[in-house]
Amino acid sequence: MNFKRRSAVLIALLVSCLLVIVGCGNKATTTQPQAEAPKEKIKVAFVYVGPVGDAGWSYAHDQGRKYLVDKMPEVETTIIESVPEGADSERVITQLAEKGNKIIFTTSFGYMDPTINVAKKYPDVTFMHNSGYKTADNVGTYFGRMYQARYLTGIVAGKSTKSNTIGYVAAMPIPEVIRGINAFTQGVRSVNPTAKVKVIWTNTWYDPAKEKDAAKTLLTAGADVIAQHQDTPGPIQAAEEAGKYGIGYNMDMSKMAPKAVLTSAVWNWGPYYVKTVQAVKNKTWKNDQYWGPMSDGIVDIAPFGPMVTEDTKKLVADAKDKIMTKKWDVFTGPIKDQTGAVKVPEGKVMSDQDMLSFNWFVEGVDGTIPK
Amino acid sequence: MNIQEFLIPLLAASVIAGTPILYAALGELITERAGIINLGVEGIMLVGAVSGFMAAVTTGNPWLGLLAAMLAGGAVALIHAFLTITLRANQVVSGLALTIFGTGLSGYLGKAYIGIPVQKPFSAIPLGPLAEIPFIGPILFQHDALVYISYVLVVVVWYFMYHTRPGLNLRALGENPAAMDALGLNVFYLRYIYVVAGGALGGIGGAYLSLAYAPSWLENMTAGRGWIAVALVIFALWNPWRAMMGAYLFGGIDALGFRLQVLGIQMSPFFLQMLPYLFTVIILVFVVARHKGRLTSPGALGLAYDREER
Repeated sequence: MNFKRRSAVLIALLVSCLLVIVGCGNKATTTQPQAEAPKEKIKVAFVYVGPVGDAGWSYAHDQGRKYLVDKMPEVETTIIESVPEGADSERVITQLAEKGNKIIFTTSFGYMDPTINVAKKYPDVTFMHNSGYKTADNVGTYFGRMYQARYLTGIVAGKSTKSNTIGYVAAMPIPEVIRGINAFTQGVRSVNPTAKVKVIWTNTWYDPAKEKDAAKTLLTAGADVIAQHQDTPGPIQAAEEAGKYGIGYNMDMSKMAPKAVLTSAVWNWGPYYVKTVQAVKNKTWKNDQYWGPMSDGIVDIAPFGPMVTEDTKKLVADAKDKIMTKKWDVFTGPIKDQTGAVKVPEGKVMSDQDMLSFNWFVEGVDGTIPK
Repeated sequence: MNIQEFLIPLLAASVIAGTPILYAALGELITERAGIINLGVEGIMLVGAVSGFMAAVTTGNPWLGLLAAMLAGGAVALIHAFLTITLRANQVVSGLALTIFGTGLSGYLGKAYIGIPVQKPFSAIPLGPLAEIPFIGPILFQHDALVYISYVLVVVVWYFMYHTRPGLNLRALGENPAAMDALGLNVFYLRYIYVVAGGALGGIGGAYLSLAYAPSWLENMTAGRGWIAVALVIFALWNPWRAMMGAYLFGGIDALGFRLQVLGIQMSPFFLQMLPYLFTVIILVFVVARHKGRLTSPGALGLAYDREER
């Protein structure tokens, strides 16, 4: 009897410990800016899908948040890491709104519906959803034209490959990723019309070992440059080990594979966060669907590795200039699909709508899109 | 492309991908053979991965990293041992708490180590003449030291379990601890040993990821491998050889999927991910049918042992 009571007490204790731990699992961290008590704090919250320590997607957002805190000392930020998409995120977003945050950035596609749902209940709070397409009176969306940066990295890859086979480790077959592969391939083929881009789908955003494996498979299949749409440095590590080249994503990955990384396609959210918070502060914010071009600085490429030749740098600089001045964009015809059929005729530019629903590969991609 | 060119890299990749799972599964196997379920493997692996990485970066020696990972994995398992053996707490609850604890702790410890390379990871050492054996050599003997150690470990665990007196005691510990107690063996002490040893092996599994497979530290880098290890022990019916086969099967399925993609063969990733489970179910049916259902879990698995309870 005594034993049973004791064990019951212990189990209860453990369960409560567990609950406490689960509660703390979503680590909420509040940063206090050093500045001496400004009149009124603007409370801004960020919801991340991964840990800040992913060295990828969430890390890039957090760099943006740090930039915001740095530029606007009156801002007080709260972050919640590793929030699963779906019902959990709705609870987290509600909590943040409840705690008096005035602006909430939800930084993953799967937070779209939860963000809209919570926004209905908190009309005074401004919500910014990253990478989605639904808006409301107090919900805007924001994203960057990463494909422009990918095109430039494609030029570097196309000039650096000797085997004319470039590997691309891709996460999920969704329009965002397909668009990136297509833009990259356009870049490759603009300087090296015989090269092809081999694609492997990993079906995960975040698994360094698996991503590395996929890259190794591509290297065995003859690729000598590895590009990636993945959130960890796994693929470029494989390139480094094989003595081949790699192209990073999300942030400058040269630190993780110094001999391999030619450049990286990077996000730079900071300036946009500052702009948005300022707009809300000045009451000029609108519920736009922002898809920021490279000229806004939201996407870019990281500094080149030492192996990149002057000739290549010049080609990239020229293309970048065309994109920055908006004289030209990546998906300007003629663009053919894998079968050689012309999908975008000469002189036409693909509409945003078409780009956002990309479901076919351009000529030069060696791979298929799973149905 | 001939079949060898396809198979050899595929099987070699399966061995690598299976190794972290194998270590963790062997650890869980001896833990469960001693009668304790530890669902904290994922957390233990993460703590092992981060501690191993930190030690290897700080000292520049991957072997010290490995040692640190074993100690850290063992230390986390010690918490489980204390809760479930001494305090007789619910093993499932304690294990789950351990996973959450380990995930958080590893993230906290590793903050400063994200994105930095390790100077000397475990790298491939072809094993002399063995590596030259056609077919077998490149599949089994052109890997890093930890892979070779895992081969030895499977043999050692198997031999220990089925051919030594302490191994017999280990199996009995999970079947009927009261009988062991009656024989004058210290059930509590022995269970502590095996739970901690199991945790140390889980730690190596984690360190294999951060020091050999994808040498770096990233939060949550085990990506669910701890759970696969737990499942694997059941599929393997608590047998080290089957655990080894299972680990390579699970490891190989992604490698197979990637290679099929390169060949332009489109197969649903969901179907592929289902395959190892399908295989194990089929294998299980055969194994269980052959043994007439005698192969079940250790009799006292998951039950706290209390000397005074009858």
